Amino acid sequence: MTAKENFFKGFVKENPLFISALGMCPALAITKSIENAIGMGIAVLFVLVFSNLLVSLITMNPKIREKVMPVRIPVYIVLIASLVVIVEMVMEAFLPDLFETLGVFIPLIVVNCIIFGRAEAYAGDHKPLESVVDGAGMALGFTGAIMIISLIREVLGAGSITIWGNIKLDLTFIFDFLGIEPISMFLQPVGAFFTLGFILAAIAAIQNAKKNKTSKEVSK
Amino acid sequence: MAELIAIAFAAFFVENVLLTQFLGICSFIGVGKKRSSSLGMGLAVVVVIILSSVVTWIIYNFVMVPLEIEFMKTIVFILVIAALVQMIEIIIKRFSPSLYKALGIYLPLITTNCAVLGVALTNVKEGYNFSQMIVYATAIPLGYLFVMYIYAIIREKMEFSPIPKAFQGIPIAMVLAAILALIFSRFGGLA
Repeated sequence: MTAKENFFKGFVKENPLFISALGMCPALAITKSIENAIGMGIAVLFVLVFSNLLVSLITMNPKIREKVMPVRIPVYIVLIASLVVIVEMVMEAFLPDLFETLGVFIPLIVVNCIIFGRAEAYAGDHKPLESVVDGAGMALGFTGAIMIISLIREVLGAGSITIWGNIKLDLTFIFDFLGIEPISMFLQPVGAFFTLGFILAAIAAIQNAKKNKTSKEVSK
Repeated sequence: MAELIAIAFAAFFVENVLLTQFLGICSFIGVGKKRSSSLGMGLAVVVVIILSSVVTWIIYNFVMVPLEIEFMKTIVFILVIAALVQMIEIIIKRFSPSLYKALGIYLPLITTNCAVLGVALTNVKEGYNFSQMIVYATAIPLGYLFVMYIYAIIREKMEFSPIPKAFQGIPIAMVLAAILALIFSRFGGLA
């Protein structure tokens, strides 16, 4: 697998959220505006890249690897938790508003299955550089996925697109033109489950269609 | 007393851990397929959340605050939870093999259940005193058990329904959770 394939596999083919259904808690909870999704994405990107790098550095040396492997789960947990504490402190200092909105979901990156999953499934037996590329791709795939959910929820629920701080796109004129109100249900928990459910169904439908196509071609 | 009842009510219905706070969704979707396994997971979560809340609250207020190392709470709490789950597993295995058979497979999953760490962090963030913390830490997992059981009953019935092919599996589980969340969001008006 080339480095490019390694990087882009996290975007579509092995998307952690849409294909593997990992990390669903933040994907449902903080996707009320694109700003939140970007903030969460940056936090996950930092933690995942560094956790992958450190895990692969630890497991690279056969001697250390032998000693670490039996107790790797507590070791990984401490590693990831330390990285999360760094993110927490930096965010609290420089982006206090965002830190307040994301709330408990920043410390909860510790128990995000994506981070642990990549350490266990990839970084444990790959070289440091490959692991970093994999981590960056996966984190950006996750960010993209939660941005798609946020886009749907924010446009339908509030009629706006908040990209960052005051950079905001107001789309209420479309709702005015149609003579309806924005559907505030989409900003509530209901909307989160609904949106993710329908996106997953759409992906399953596309996969099924592809499968049918290939099986027909084979039978010809 | 009225304040404690308000906390319990809010934690059970209004801020339901699964349908409003979105903590522990992985276990909700994964384990909430059968009534028996949802009960097992739910009870294990009740035990672990109450015990871990008490332990982390004591450590935070009597060790970390005097030493001024509050910023370490994420690391300390996750380690305490992991150790506690491991200990509960050993104790149950030793004293009640039948209970271990029922709950044992769910216990390792609980360390990474966001609800446990989430409740421990909320306790200290809200600055609850001991009685408030106990009430909160009991009502939250009971709300988890309640919703998970209802959800499992509906999903068991749904096995025989003609679900469109694309919706089979997780998508229909999400849509069902959305309908339950819609029902629970109406409790917000009572608080």
